Amino acid sequence: MNRIWTIARKELSDSLRNRWLMAISLVFATLALGIAWFGAAASGQVGYASTPATIASLASLGIFLIPLIALLLAYDAIVGEAEGGTLLLLMTYPLSRSQLLLGKFLGHGLTLALATLIGFGVAGVAIALLVEDVAIASLAAAMTRFIASTILLGWGFIALAYVISVRVSEKPIAAGLALAIWFFFVLIFDLMLLGTLVASEGKFSAELLPWLLMLNPTDIYRLLNIVAFGDAAHLSGVLSLGADLPIGAFGLWVGLVLWCAVPLTGALLLFRNHRI
Amino acid sequence: MSCFRLENVSYRYDKSPVLQGIDLRLEPGEILGLFGHNGAGKTTSIKLILGLMQPTQGTVSVLGGRAGDPSVTQNIGYLPENVMFYPQLTGREILSHFARLKGSSLHQVPKLLEQVGLGDARDARTKTYSKGMRQRLGLAQALLGRPKLLMLDEPTVGLDPVATADLYRLLRDLRDEGTGIVLCSHVLPGVEPYIDRAAILTEGSLKAAGDLAALRRQANMPVTLSLEPANSISALERVIDKASTSSGLMIKTDNGRLRVDVQPREKMALLKTVMASGEVADISIQQPSLEDIYVHFIGSGGLARRGGNQ
Repeated sequence: MNRIWTIARKELSDSLRNRWLMAISLVFATLALGIAWFGAAASGQVGYASTPATIASLASLGIFLIPLIALLLAYDAIVGEAEGGTLLLLMTYPLSRSQLLLGKFLGHGLTLALATLIGFGVAGVAIALLVEDVAIASLAAAMTRFIASTILLGWGFIALAYVISVRVSEKPIAAGLALAIWFFFVLIFDLMLLGTLVASEGKFSAELLPWLLMLNPTDIYRLLNIVAFGDAAHLSGVLSLGADLPIGAFGLWVGLVLWCAVPLTGALLLFRNHRI
Repeated sequence: MSCFRLENVSYRYDKSPVLQGIDLRLEPGEILGLFGHNGAGKTTSIKLILGLMQPTQGTVSVLGGRAGDPSVTQNIGYLPENVMFYPQLTGREILSHFARLKGSSLHQVPKLLEQVGLGDARDARTKTYSKGMRQRLGLAQALLGRPKLLMLDEPTVGLDPVATADLYRLLRDLRDEGTGIVLCSHVLPGVEPYIDRAAILTEGSLKAAGDLAALRRQANMPVTLSLEPANSISALERVIDKASTSSGLMIKTDNGRLRVDVQPREKMALLKTVMASGEVADISIQQPSLEDIYVHFIGSGGLARRGGNQ
């Protein structure tokens, strides 16, 4: 455990040193406040619209930003050490490969969690203080849910980045594959699903189709933050499938946790069998 | 308890053999020189001892345990060839990080930095370090936690002559305290005075292992005598011509001295005859150096053959 923490602590201090933590927090806070105040600008007014609308907008933006940041943070975790020549040295220390990877996960995970908490937390507090007639309790609940699911989504993509990082031997390849993963889950997947929906002309099993959403962590994340308000009207595009999902919020949370645990386990197994 | 023991160890990489039937051991308080051309299997042998890879065949036991076991690696210090560090961290931060990983006390960090001559540079980022400074930091890293087995791959690369001498002095002190040390180097004349035993690898098999005297015997290479004539060089030449019975004896003349290559077992007989003749004013004897022995065992194949296919 001490060794895992030693690795995590170095990652954490690295992200403080290179200002990653500060930069991400700042981006999150700016975005959250911007959306809160100007999110309704399209309908001709400036100012805080409503908590559900703000959270829905934040979640829509989050699915682009969170995976990207997580992948950028973690894609070189192992391949970077290998290219820098430090991986071989680390492996001669009394440190197992699993301990190294778990330490990295703890460090990167904490960095992302802290940035999310600070960035969106500050925005939440600012909204609570500056908007006069906002219902504090529902805002706090929505913000807590949003922050927690954002952290889980980020961890999932950190773990996905590790799967790449332990397999490839060059950093540029890892970066390219990380972008491909982002592209697939954020843009391609929904298009494919929509295409299947239209092409099958309803012949596809209606019970099976909603479950396909569970194959994409960003869809689970959006559902989680929108469905929670019991307001299916906000569900657009493929997400409307989510209204037919027979599992509640709890099931969605489990889905997100699985999207962290499964890639992380996969990365650990791949790393253990990889020749250095 | 041996520092390490390789018994009939073979290793294959993608079906092509890298090591074949290696038997090698290192006892505490001993410095072993591990030599061989590029791709001869030195680094692979070290990686097997470190437990980074498992042998395809044979057994590797290290410090009385299994190679790669955390309780074993705790007591091993390793300096890789071309050691690299995190460029954005300072020397002290890096050494502290590695000390924590090794579970050894942080008190030794400033002392070790001082010992390798990085006391003044400890708070500079390592991206500003020269090759020699990186090498010293690598050495400090290998010395963390007083290892019982120390493996150094090309430790003198980038070090100036004074630092190199300091390094060898340090290694001697460690050896006298009971540390087993493996030295891989291509600078054979440099390491020759400091090693207790040498192992010569070529194309994955162990060509020879033992102390220098044993290797000389095994190589059976001629000893070179350099004789200064007392009267005339031709008189001396005649004495040697008469004494020599075997082939392989060679006579060359250069600036008034006579160089004679003699088989080791005939050396004493020849010396006695020459001394008795009274025709010699001065004698110096030159044993084959480590480099000569190395070339003998490796064979003087072209660069291409020794180019290594790593």
